[in-house]
Amino acid sequence: MTDKLEDKQKPSISWLEFFIERAIQASGISAIVLVVLIFLFLIQEGIPAFFEVPLSSLFAARWYPIEDYFGLLPLIMGSLIVTLGAAIVSLPLGLATAIFIAEIAPAWVRDILKPFVEVLAGIPSVVIGFIGMLVFAPMMRVALNIPTGLTAFTGILLLAWMALPTIVSVAEDVLDAVPVTYRDAGLALGMTRWQVIWRIVLPDGRSGVLMALMLGVGRTIGETMTVMMVTGNAARIPTGIGDLFMPVRTMTATIAAEMGEVAQGSAHYHVLFAVGLTLFVITFIVNIAAASVVFRQVKRAERMLS
Amino acid sequence: MASNVKIHIENFGLRYSDGTESLHGITLDIYAHQVNVLFGPAGGGKSTLLRAINRLNDLTDVVEQTGHILLDGEDVTRPACDVVRLRRRVGIVFARPVVLPMSIYRNITYGLELAGVRDRVTLDAAVARSLQQSALWDEVHDRLGDPAHALSGGQQQRLCLARVLALQPEVILLDEPTSGLDPISTAKIEATLQELKSSYTFVIVPHSVQQAARVADWAAFFLQGELIEHGVGRDMFLKPRNSKTEEYITGRFG
Amino acid sequence: MTTPPTRQRKITLSRQNSQHIAFALITLAALAVIIPIFFIVGYIVYEGASAISWEFLTEFPYNGMKSGGLLPAIVGTLWLTLGTAIIAVPIGIGAAIYLSEYAKDNALTRAIRIAIINLAGIPSVVFGLFGMGLFVIFLNFGTSILAGSLTLGIMTLPVIISTAEEALRAVPQSFRLVSVSLGGTRWQTIRRVVLPQALPGIITGVILGLERAAGETAPILFTVAAFFLPRLPTSIFDQTMALPYHLFVISTQVPGMPIHIQYGTALVLLVFVLSMNLLATLIRRHYRQQRFW
Repeated sequence: MTDKLEDKQKPSISWLEFFIERAIQASGISAIVLVVLIFLFLIQEGIPAFFEVPLSSLFAARWYPIEDYFGLLPLIMGSLIVTLGAAIVSLPLGLATAIFIAEIAPAWVRDILKPFVEVLAGIPSVVIGFIGMLVFAPMMRVALNIPTGLTAFTGILLLAWMALPTIVSVAEDVLDAVPVTYRDAGLALGMTRWQVIWRIVLPDGRSGVLMALMLGVGRTIGETMTVMMVTGNAARIPTGIGDLFMPVRTMTATIAAEMGEVAQGSAHYHVLFAVGLTLFVITFIVNIAAASVVFRQVKRAERMLS
Repeated sequence: MASNVKIHIENFGLRYSDGTESLHGITLDIYAHQVNVLFGPAGGGKSTLLRAINRLNDLTDVVEQTGHILLDGEDVTRPACDVVRLRRRVGIVFARPVVLPMSIYRNITYGLELAGVRDRVTLDAAVARSLQQSALWDEVHDRLGDPAHALSGGQQQRLCLARVLALQPEVILLDEPTSGLDPISTAKIEATLQELKSSYTFVIVPHSVQQAARVADWAAFFLQGELIEHGVGRDMFLKPRNSKTEEYITGRFG
Repeated sequence: MTTPPTRQRKITLSRQNSQHIAFALITLAALAVIIPIFFIVGYIVYEGASAISWEFLTEFPYNGMKSGGLLPAIVGTLWLTLGTAIIAVPIGIGAAIYLSEYAKDNALTRAIRIAIINLAGIPSVVFGLFGMGLFVIFLNFGTSILAGSLTLGIMTLPVIISTAEEALRAVPQSFRLVSVSLGGTRWQTIRRVVLPQALPGIITGVILGLERAAGETAPILFTVAAFFLPRLPTSIFDQTMALPYHLFVISTQVPGMPIHIQYGTALVLLVFVLSMNLLATLIRRHYRQQRFW
């Protein structure tokens, strides 16, 4: 008669296990804690700016902190131009690359390309800014015959290029998600592969492409080092298309460039935090919007498949 | 056939959140050291009832559960029941053989290790005993360190049985254990049931009426969540009392 | 009713043509994306290789950074990467386990997911701001490896959580069911079956997250980075040099900086970061072949 298992059993949940499970729960909640903490901190240090600097001058057109000019408009415009421009450029390029990788390239090319796009994602932004500053900007200056290559336009091109891995990977997922039956139906009707892509696959993946765009935008707004090294850092408000080829300054570059020299507790200090708070809120909204697009897409897919 | 009642199910009902596979008012006895069969067309609630016995339904989204299940007189449906201990007393073999990503040896000792058994001698003995009981020893005794997924489908399912046997449970539940297996493996497993029933109590959901008729000492017919009829195996399949039972057995629906 | 064959052929031809044109444009666009990648990496190697030498990697800089080596920057980046790992890996994996194995589908879980999405989207310079305010100033750690690691760690958290959760979810549910049916508790199941199976994916995600942290400049600008230090750091309260910051400073704020040293620094940073990328890819490929589910 072999020993009964009962004699050897240890208690069902040991105290060690209990402790571990509590730690796991705490880790889960930490994300919320951290976001709230960051938000509160930015508010605490940023809100005083609205008391120390009258609102009218915060939205003025001149950013010159040394003389107490805290007009945020040029910074906001700078970020806006660079971000929107990068989005406009990167979306078609990213889509094209994704289509190329998914539909056109032969398998061996695909196997080389995909890791290379990931390599791009891994290149530090300071390295891209470095090359942009030393190589690309002079190229722009010569090619476009403008006084300096450190302009919004250069920034747009580089940022668009940096946003590509995000867009390409999401676009790839979108193209994959389109049911094979849709494609087969198109081909059976006599459509060419391109027509299938243009008329069936892309429209079906509309919301996914939209989400890719928003994610790309979210990351571009937050880019710091590249813009700092490549956009010229002149806080001016652009007034026309020609100003694309002049220097601008983004909100992120401003914080990075000036925080080191700021007296703690001064108005300048608080204003920089306020800029940081603005960035936080903007990326919050963009990312929530992107996530809700995904959510709706998931719901739609569930409905279609059920 | 007078036998001990191992499990008494009293007015048991259960509903999932999406309304599928629910059960209504099941009252049934499971007899010790017998092969008890729960059979019927798909969706009848048989698997659900099976999993209720060792509280595996806790892992799914059950909306409502009523009634009681008594194992040796002890109510296993109450919240205070120690489900970990319960699952060592009531083991289960699933329809698809799921081997853990480990060696054959460690698959079998997994349950014992969970319970805190570390002694190598005990584990070795358990492995040998379980593999012999499930008729797998001859085929694998010289390669216990090999990964379990290298075995064939029939061998894997017998491994899953051995895995359960290692814990020396009192009851073994089998949910369509031979679906997808070739006839030889099926026959081996059915033979194992007969050999082992003197030491264990079996509750099996067969995957065909023919299998039910082959193995049942005691049988219960389920239709859409209700218990239609139950009785001695031979009687059930030769002269069923309920017309629905007869129609199902003779293949008029299913 | 018959259709004139010539008309049909013309339609087909122009459809074929438009496909050719479209595909050609797309290929051009894709090349415009891909070729610069080769170019950047290649150019940095080309210009920077001349600066690379054993001394370059193991000596201190001197002469206002214009000569000497990168040792303190390399060591500093290694310390910061380690510090980031210590902060982000336990919490990140813990949170991933929570989301994958414990969390129910309720408001709290949704809030956690929203928080993670947010954390992932916060600009790196805002992390730097937060890190400076909280760790350097408020908690009085000063500009230090501690402050920098905490900042980078928090920034890396969402990446690790996402990839780890995905790796955990990829483990088949049937394993968990079997483990529980044999009398396993939830943690036992995780520890013995789920976690070991998910480990390659988790490690890949950790490496990629750390790769990103190693290359970041903005979060360390105000929390740890120093331009020149005569000694290697000896405690977590010390400042340190770091490769990304070093590259930034020598390329923008040191007049007369020899070009090949700048490229050399860029090359070292690139190699550091891309070799982590390579490591992660290799691990992912190796284990994808091994698993049978």
